[in-house]
Amino acid sequence: MAWHSLRLALVAAGDYAVFAGRAVLEAFRPPWELREILRQTLELGARSTPLVAASGFAIGVVLSLHTRASLERFGAEALVPAGIGLALIRETGPLTAGLLLAGRLGAGIGAELAAMKVTEQVDALEATAVDPFKFLVVTRVVACVVAVPILTTILNFFGILGGWTAERAVTGMPLGLYVERAFSLVDFGLYIPSTLKTAVFGFIIAIVGAHQGLHVTGGTEGVGRAATRSVVLASVALIAANVVLVRLIVFLFPELA
Amino acid sequence: MTGPHAEPVIRFDRVSKSFGGRRVLDDLSLEVHAGRACCILGRSGTGKSVALKHIVGLLKPDSGRVVIEGRDITDLDTRALTPIRLRIGFLFQHAALFDSISVGENVAFPLRRHTRLPDAEIRRRAREKLAQVGLGDDYDTMPAALSGGMRKRAGLARALALDPPILLVDEPSAGLDPVTSAEIDALMLGLKRGAKTTIVVVTHNIPSATALGDELVFLHEGRVLARGTAADLARSPEPMVRAFMQARGHSG
Repeated sequence: MAWHSLRLALVAAGDYAVFAGRAVLEAFRPPWELREILRQTLELGARSTPLVAASGFAIGVVLSLHTRASLERFGAEALVPAGIGLALIRETGPLTAGLLLAGRLGAGIGAELAAMKVTEQVDALEATAVDPFKFLVVTRVVACVVAVPILTTILNFFGILGGWTAERAVTGMPLGLYVERAFSLVDFGLYIPSTLKTAVFGFIIAIVGAHQGLHVTGGTEGVGRAATRSVVLASVALIAANVVLVRLIVFLFPELA
Repeated sequence: MTGPHAEPVIRFDRVSKSFGGRRVLDDLSLEVHAGRACCILGRSGTGKSVALKHIVGLLKPDSGRVVIEGRDITDLDTRALTPIRLRIGFLFQHAALFDSISVGENVAFPLRRHTRLPDAEIRRRAREKLAQVGLGDDYDTMPAALSGGMRKRAGLARALALDPPILLVDEPSAGLDPVTSAEIDALMLGLKRGAKTTIVVVTHNIPSATALGDELVFLHEGRVLARGTAADLARSPEPMVRAFMQARGHSG
């Protein structure tokens, strides 16, 4: 029984690896589908912006409350903005954005492609001599790889803003000083790898959603299942990938450890 | 014009296909000649749609060959299939309109993908096709806002966008009222007579098959149980075929 499950899991993993590999290869082969990529990026990006902005703001406020409570004990309140900036940009921002978008984009891609598959729209594309894999999968993968780091940056921005709002309510600190302190421990050397790793999150989200969507079974009922599975699988895969990515970043940029 | 020696436009040579151990097509051989209409009849789940999908390479046979316009497409990949697919229009059972774009853009889609025509010309042609199926005012309507019959007609307009010499239609009258259904039949008949389009229709509708089909093929369990004109089938020695042909009012 256990062996059987293990075998199934390995087969599924292999299946995903092939699917992901194909997406990467096809992304570098013409036709490029640039219009569709742009449309997807704008649509996926724009629709998710309010979500990450509002979440980012709330996280900023909460981070400020927690850091203040902790730092006050050591009389280090002046470090609150720096703590928020560091926490947000290094890990809280990327991971939260990743998980939020695994929900938002993963479910969206999974459900949309599953619905298209069930209603023969995928067949219709192919019968029209349009490669569904390029047109539906590769475009969404590229869109997510581009959009997720940008959305992470938006989340970080609103997080810093939320942190400042909370900070100002307590100490009346002006924005200029806050921003200066918030970025005192953060530079591009930290910002770039931490944010770029979310491109991998975007890749995972799109691959999982597309795979679940195109492999839907069982008609309309399967559409909901594909959406749910996309979110769960993408979230778990993303958290697991994060461990590897953080290790990799620390290995490549030891000064960030 | 097309004698028995001319190469058929569509040829199935002993095609078999199974899904999960169930044989859907069993050693099926079939020929459709240029400018002719072939109606595939049979009870639900006898592999009619599956046969249709083999013609555009959406499904591949487990064994046997599929030859379209003299070209064996059995082993062709997506890229190699493109020129053949461009010569085939496919109306899916539930129309399969892309629901993220308007009805007009659905019809324009094949033109945008496969021609270099300017935008205005593409729109003009798409409108023209829509007008042909009685949807001239619905360019900007979204598919979700259409009724089943209108979707079907829009799907037909899209299938005809590139003026294909071959038209495949999966159950044109399923879920349609008799009037709309007759309109679609009249349109296909017009295409056969006017543009000499080769047509394959999967249908349950005997009157429409009788009106349109030069040859009727009755599939049962993936095999041809009877073939010929409507009159031939009505005299078939197979009781099931006769029973099917007698249920004339039956549509959908």
